This record gives sequence, structure tokens and C-alpha cells, in this order.
Amino acid sequence: MDIEEAVSRTGKGTFEARARAHRAADGGFSRLTAAAAALVLVLLGGVVAALVAGAAPALGRFGGGFLTSISWNPVTGQFGALPALAGTLITSAIAMLVAVPLSFGVTFFLTELCPHRLRRPIGTAIELLAAIPSIIYGIWGLFVLVPLMQAHVEPVLTRLLGPLPLIGALFQGAPYGIGLLTAGLVLAGMVLPYAATVMCDAFEQVPAAFRESAYALGCTRLEVVRAVVIPYSRRSIVGGVMLGLGRALGETMAVTFVIGNAHRLSASLLAPGTTIAATLANEFTEASGGLYTSALLALGLVLLGISLAVLATAKLMLRRDTPAGGRPR
Amino acid sequence: MRPRPRLPSRPPLRLTMRRARNAVAIALASAATAIALAFLAAVLWALVARGAAALDLDVFLRSTPPPGAAGGLANALTGSLLLTAAAILAAAPLGILAGTYLAEIGPASPLARSARFVNDLLLSAPSIVVGLFVYQAMVVPAGHFSGWAGAAALAVIALPIIVHTTENTLGLVPDTLREAAAALGAPRWKAVVAVTWRAASQGILTGVLLAVARISGETAPLLFTALNNQFWSANLNRPLANLPVVIFQFAMSPYDDWRDLAWAGALLITAAVLALNILARLAAGRRREAP
Repeated sequence: MDIEEAVSRTGKGTFEARARAHRAADGGFSRLTAAAAALVLVLLGGVVAALVAGAAPALGRFGGGFLTSISWNPVTGQFGALPALAGTLITSAIAMLVAVPLSFGVTFFLTELCPHRLRRPIGTAIELLAAIPSIIYGIWGLFVLVPLMQAHVEPVLTRLLGPLPLIGALFQGAPYGIGLLTAGLVLAGMVLPYAATVMCDAFEQVPAAFRESAYALGCTRLEVVRAVVIPYSRRSIVGGVMLGLGRALGETMAVTFVIGNAHRLSASLLAPGTTIAATLANEFTEASGGLYTSALLALGLVLLGISLAVLATAKLMLRRDTPAGGRPR
Repeated sequence: MRPRPRLPSRPPLRLTMRRARNAVAIALASAATAIALAFLAAVLWALVARGAAALDLDVFLRSTPPPGAAGGLANALTGSLLLTAAAILAAAPLGILAGTYLAEIGPASPLARSARFVNDLLLSAPSIVVGLFVYQAMVVPAGHFSGWAGAAALAVIALPIIVHTTENTLGLVPDTLREAAAALGAPRWKAVVAVTWRAASQGILTGVLLAVARISGETAPLLFTALNNQFWSANLNRPLANLPVVIFQFAMSPYDDWRDLAWAGALLITAAVLALNILARLAAGRRREAP
């Protein structure tokens, strides 16, 4: 009994007919999945197009001055992005200054020091930090961290660091609790697990033989990390940091609760400020359309541009030579 | 008699310094881990202490009150469930198909390369910008805020997560399974549906659960899409109450009743998100035990 006969016995037509049907079904299935994959591209294109179209009136009116003007006044129709842009960059910088050393420490601990039994629970706890929604960090920041900063931390900072030359200017003013510094600290807590997870993955990629050779030469744990692990995973570390930065720049809710939403530039980190995302969250539904809405969309476009640039850099740093899943095809 | 080897009475200075530096580094790393764990504990403790105090049956049965009156979060809970369900029903099939293309159909094609790159960007793109996009694309043309717009925004956020996990999980399916299906004469689509997808089903499910966890706490994209609704409603064509936006409004308000409800809502969301994450972990774990 040959194949053709066997196929025809199923009563569903000839071998050729079934093969044709299979080819048609295969083609259809391939096109369906390709369309779904193309949808991902269409989505990003749609996001960019929608923001560009919406931002056009404001950008046409203010031009490049939109980025450098510090006045944000819906009543007089003056809109400048500089305070929000500066707030975004400053809070993210604070977050990175705090979170990068911490996540590095966590990674060092988890990959080199931690007793094997504790590794999974602690690693899981760090990953749960990343799972908690940002609005929870926001409400925690507002009701727990802000009073703490106001009553205990900020007065001490002003007293200790305020009189110093240069950096003293960063710690002036009344302790409101809310402000750039508090927002940066909440952001640091949010960024930490992202950066730590990427770094842990990178550290674990280092071949055990490299590590063991260094220990065999008599290196201490710190020396193993500095001489072997970091050079081997340098790209991934930078990628993890950039990924965290991308998250910090665009984070909305955790910041909106504690930043104070004030459109002004201040030298002091204790002063209320705003970020692009916080401005959008606070003002977009109140905007009366027209120029105000357009200016907010232009802010969104600026934020998208910065975030995509940072994330694309992170992605390029983290890129491996094989497709995801590590399966060379 | 053999001379006894002379050991130095104490290690040389250089070694002492190296050991000291190492000890400092270990102390700092341990402290960093302790800080991270303390942060998690502080957040969870505040949630449990302040959320549990405000949690009672009314929270589940009554709608959001005007300031000063008693009420609950029933409308917001309903709205959040509807939004999440609608978003996942849209994002899961599309995400699984796209992930299948990236892993199975054309992994090295130009479309796959660019989609993979863009998907990773979308994975971390600011969620508030997604809200702006959906506002421009759906709310402006319709002329009003709506639950459908909120669901669409959440779907845009869920999609890249599902694409990513689907692609990664399919990549772990051994090629021998695909070859066996092909050797039996199965057409490509059937091999994918009946063999590869089935082998990877736990991992795909994990991705969907993680996506549900992620979007059930998302606030920013709902602010200008689903908006909010003071009353109980299941109509996705109108503004729809949802837990995150209610928490945002109530927490920022000066009223104690509202703030208590915000904490209760925050506890509910966190409990749900953590439970989903643990479920996802269990699903993934079972897969690893039985390859």
C-alpha cells in the first residue's frame, strides 16, 4: 500500500488535493502570524504618528523655544518644556545615583556571597519589588516617605550639607517632604529591581571555569568580581543601567504623588518640581483642548524621544548574536 | 632532625589590605541587599497595616462614595476586571501569534528582526505615552472617554509582554519535536499548533499571567482613556471606574474616608498582582520539572 492509496482511503480527496490544501493553510497561517508581528511595528509607528500630529500646533507655534522656555502658563498660553524636562532628568539622575550602587551590591551579594539556600527567596523578593505596581510606590511615598523626609531627613540634610559651598545650594529651602529628592528616592526603589535582575543574569553568564580559575589563583571575592566578572559582563551591566534609566524617565505614578507638580526651576533638590510624565498625569484631562492639549502632547513626544533613545541603547548593549532564547537557527 | 618550616607570624601587609578591602565590599553588598529587602518589607507593611484596617465587606459591595459618606470600591473593582479581561482577550491571541512568527515562522527575516527590536522598546516604553496615543486614536474621534479606550491602552501594554515570553518559550522547545512532527507529514501550521504550542503551553500561560499582573496595576494609561465613573457601570462605551485611577484620586484627596479606601484598594491590587506572579512562577516551575 503506497502513501497515495493510504491518503485516498481517508476519504478526503487525493494526495495532491490535500497537499495543496496544506500549503494553502500553511501560507495562511504564516501570513496571519506575520501580520501579528507587523502589528507590533504598526503600534510604535502609530504612537509616534499620533504624538507628532497632536504636538504639531504647539511645536509650530513655539518652535525650538519650546524646549528652552521656562514659562508654563495655560492662562496666557505660554508653554515651555524646560522645567518638566529638567525635573525628569534630575529625578532620574538621583534615582540612578542611588539605585545603581545598590543594585550592584545586591547583584554581588546574590551571585557571589549568598548561601545557596537563601538565594532563591532573596532573588524572588527582589523580583517582586519589580512586580508591585508603580501606583503602590506612589501612595507609599506620599503617606510614609514624605512625612519621614519632612520631619527627619530634609532638616538634617539642610543643616549638614546646606552650608557647604557649591553642593549646599542643592539642599536649601523649607522641608516640604515632597520634591525632587523624594521623587528620585521613590524612583530609585523602582529602578533597583530592574537593574539588579539584568545584572544578576549577566553575572551568571560568566563561565564557571573563569571564576574558579581566579579563585584558584588566590583572588578574594571582590577581586574575582573586579578582574573577571565585570570585564566579562560589562556590556550587560551598562545595558541594565540604561534599562533602569529608561524606566525612571517615563515613570508616572510613583513620581506624580510626591513631586509637588510645580512648573519652576529651582537649584534646590528639596523644592517641589515636576516631570514630563507627572505633568501629563496631572493636567491632561483638565486641558481645554487647543494649544494647551497640543503642548502636553508635545511634552509626551519629547518624553517618548528620550525614552526610546535610552531604551534602544540599552537594547543594543544587551543584544546577543542569536535570536532570543539562544537558539541559533 | 628536619628543620621546622618557619611560618610568618602574621600575613604580610598586602594580604591584610586585600582581605580588608574584600571585607568592606562584602559588608557593603550585604547592606545593599538588606536595604532592598527592608524597602520591600516597608512597602508591604504599610499596605497591610493601613489597607487591612480599611478593608471590610462594604468595600466589595458598595460603590465609591462622595466625600464624607460611607462606600466601597465595587464599581472600581468591576471596571478593573472588565478592562483587564477585555485587554487580555485582545492582546493574548495577537501576542501569541506574533511571538510564534518571531520564533517559528521567520525568526531571521527582516520583519522579525525589526519587530523583535521594536517589541523590546515597547516593553519598557513609558505607559503614559501609550495613554496619549489611545487618547488621540480613540477618545478624540469618539468624542468621549470610554472603557474600550482604556482596554485598548492596556492591551497595547500587555501585547509586548506576551510576544516576548511566547518567543522565548517557543525557543526552548527542542527541535526534535518539530522534526518528529515534520517526519509524520504534519503541515507546518499543524506542527506549530498541536506540537510546539502544546509543548510550550505552560510558558505561554506564564507570559499571559505576567501580562495580567502588569496591566491590573497600570494607572497612567487609564487617566485619559477610561477616565473614571462615580457610579456602578459595566458599559464599556462610557467612562468606566477602575481601581488604579480611583486610588490615585482618593489618595490625593484631603478626605480621610477616601484615603482609607485608597489604601484598601492598594492592598487589593498588590495582593492580586503578587498572587498572579506566584501563580506564574508555579506554572513556569512545573514546566521545568517535566521537560
